[in-house]
Amino acid sequence: MIEVINLTKRYGPTVAVDNVSFDAKAGEVLGFLGPNGAGKTTTMRILTCYLSADEGTAKVAGYDVFEESFEVRKQIGYLPESAPLYTDMGVIDYLKFIAQVRDIPKSQRSQRIKDVVDICGLEKMIQKDVGELSKGYRQRLGLAQSLIHDPPILVLDEPTSGLDPNQIIEIRNLIREIGKEKMIIFSTHILPEVSATCSRILIINDGQIVANGTPDELAGRARGEEVVHISIRGPREEIEAKLEELSIVSDFKRVKSDDDVCSYQIVSQNGKNTAEELFHFVVQNHWSLTELRQEAISLEDVFRQLTGNESATQPPAV
Amino acid sequence: MNNIAAIFKKEFRSYFNSPIAYIFITFFLALSAWFFFRGFFLVGQAVMRGFFSWVPWIFLLFIPAVTMKLWAEEKKIGTVEILMTLPIKDYEVVIGKYLASFCLLGVTILLSLSIPITVAYLGEPDGGPILGGYVGLFLMGGAYLSIGMFASTITENQIIAFILGIVMCFGLLIIGEDIVLFNAPNWIVPIFSYLGLGAHFTSILRGVIDSRDLIYYFSVIGFFLYLSVLMVTVQKWR
Repeated sequence: MIEVINLTKRYGPTVAVDNVSFDAKAGEVLGFLGPNGAGKTTTMRILTCYLSADEGTAKVAGYDVFEESFEVRKQIGYLPESAPLYTDMGVIDYLKFIAQVRDIPKSQRSQRIKDVVDICGLEKMIQKDVGELSKGYRQRLGLAQSLIHDPPILVLDEPTSGLDPNQIIEIRNLIREIGKEKMIIFSTHILPEVSATCSRILIINDGQIVANGTPDELAGRARGEEVVHISIRGPREEIEAKLEELSIVSDFKRVKSDDDVCSYQIVSQNGKNTAEELFHFVVQNHWSLTELRQEAISLEDVFRQLTGNESATQPPAV
Repeated sequence: MNNIAAIFKKEFRSYFNSPIAYIFITFFLALSAWFFFRGFFLVGQAVMRGFFSWVPWIFLLFIPAVTMKLWAEEKKIGTVEILMTLPIKDYEVVIGKYLASFCLLGVTILLSLSIPITVAYLGEPDGGPILGGYVGLFLMGGAYLSIGMFASTITENQIIAFILGIVMCFGLLIIGEDIVLFNAPNWIVPIFSYLGLGAHFTSILRGVIDSRDLIYYFSVIGFFLYLSVLMVTVQKWR
């Protein structure tokens, strides 16, 4: 349904989108993942006909975004970043306005508005002005606006940014629900979000696609090694000396050391029962074990490896 | 047509949902009535010339204030991104917005009819110049609105749009004035005196609505509307 070939967009000397190609089929929920400023928004703006590209082509539902932008715009529902809405309008007036421009026949307008209000949980807000809505409800109204003409394709730019954890989960569930019937492209820089909602992930960095696959495929890439977190009560020097000797440990790092409890992050080869070996190791040395857990290797590692940016990937506490 | 109507409705309502419309109407009526009645009883004639000679200057300050938000605000808060990705043609948005601001002006001008009614009650005015004057107000106001809206497409800052609007309207207003024409090189005088907004207004004020003046005003309105469409399109496909 979406076909992007060699898309390039420059802002002066900066290349925002660099030779990007991908496609997406009906029924997919496609996640754009990348640090801030990676080119996610620019790509979406090109797809929604808000910006033009410098090179390359993009087709949405068979229509070219440059040549037939009018048709493309009919096929897409778009929620721009941070849901810009007219704050001096009433919620219901706003939806009526969008419905009219979206060419929904007059007889069906109130039904469609009721439908999207239900889907997005806006019933209580319908009498209010947009300006009175909280961030979460604005986001929902933006989503309602993008759904009103029942488009086959939805483009959502950071739909969960600025929301509280409960709202994030609600919006995510909504996306998953809607994604059963429609094709959705959404962007985020929050990692758990994509693994929770997407059927496919595109990781973008510096304007280029650095990875493209299902969440499992991408997580699999990082599964070369295993990380175990361990806390041992015992003399520090001795523990560290013995850890050096241990064959299954390929690398370790002291995370914390209190009076007599030391915590380590231990990297080892995959499939060697590291946790079990470490347990025996502690027992044999007559120390005691206060904590032992396997750190989940996830998309975060793939993301960090691919984007080379440790700080951009702080997941929120959800 | 449907789209133009939708944009018109949204913009017109937004004027009345915010204080802009009320402030505009109140201050326009208060100022114009002040300038009119200040001289009216002194002169003791049932004419409205005083009123019509002041209005272009009142418009100069007030109309850019009405148009400054039309595009600048949309760009500033980002709503333009939803607007321009809707299946709607650029010219439809421009025309819808223009008509909304024109109707606000229309409402204001109609409310000022209290002045000619007063004049007619107190004396026996000549209807021609008053009717002509009102047609002239619509035409001149329409031209200012078109210029002001163009100023708003240039920037995302409403203050800049406001000042730019005033400067452009002012420029077009004074190039036909004698003081400019005296100092201008000879070859440019006929061009300036034709382009000047004020001169055409004066000739309509005499109560004679000449097709040349109509063509002039419609050209100015059309030209700046066209520039607005161009500007909006260029900014989108930049």
